[in-house]
Amino acid sequence: MIYLTRKIEFSAAHYYHNPAWSPEENARVFGKCANLKGHGHNYVLEVTVAGTPDPVTGMVLDLKELKEILEREIMQRMDHRHLNHEVPELAGKIPTTENVAATIWNLLQPKITKGKLHRVRLYENPDLFVDCFGDGR
Amino acid sequence: MKLHLTRRYAFAAAHRLHSAQLSEEENRRLYGKCANPYGHGHNYHVEVTLSGPVDAATGMIANLAELDAFVGREVLDAFDHKNLNEEVPAFRSAVPTTENLCVEIFRRLCTFPAAHLERVRIEETGLNSFEYAGE
Repeated sequence: MIYLTRKIEFSAAHYYHNPAWSPEENARVFGKCANLKGHGHNYVLEVTVAGTPDPVTGMVLDLKELKEILEREIMQRMDHRHLNHEVPELAGKIPTTENVAATIWNLLQPKITKGKLHRVRLYENPDLFVDCFGDGR
Repeated sequence: MKLHLTRRYAFAAAHRLHSAQLSEEENRRLYGKCANPYGHGHNYHVEVTLSGPVDAATGMIANLAELDAFVGREVLDAFDHKNLNEEVPAFRSAVPTTENLCVEIFRRLCTFPAAHLERVRIEETGLNSFEYAGE
């Protein structure tokens, strides 16, 4: 099995807010992330696909194809967007790194038809990242 | 959906690699300059990986403020700007290699109440790192 990883970066705004809670409760749980005016990050996304190289091409999948999938599914949806307001797949969810990583998994998993999506690693900053393995591992 | 959350911390500490069970010549041969009698230091980076269900109300595996406070209390307060051999009880007997440091930090963090500790990974320098996921 070969594991192939491609990395992209996108910048987006978000805030954390649970509408079922009082402003005080939101501030207590989410701290400065609860500021409703929002803030932003440079996210780094690593997408790992597992597979065996095709005997003819020597590739698990065509990197150009993966690049196009990432551009269409992630960059166009999330880059320079506000995750609370502009990404339908995150509607009603708090855009924590956990929820954004799981949403990215759900967007990419059906699109990757050569090889198998193995891991989505999303860095919110260099000191915090989430790994999503779908239902595997 | 299987999710792991990893948070990265840093501390600076002194240590010396020296085993009381070995002769001075053997220590010198085995540990080289790491056995120098006055010790030396590193900027350590520690990655703490947690797993668990994502809370429906918060969208989080664990509240990072709670994790930061726990790691601060259990590890950083005890290790940062300290001499590991002399100021951390576990290393009065065990040699403070990064292997043993992984095991000690895992032991200190595995009681974190809000999520399951998956792994501790430590970079001693930019060129070497060690991981421990428990027994």
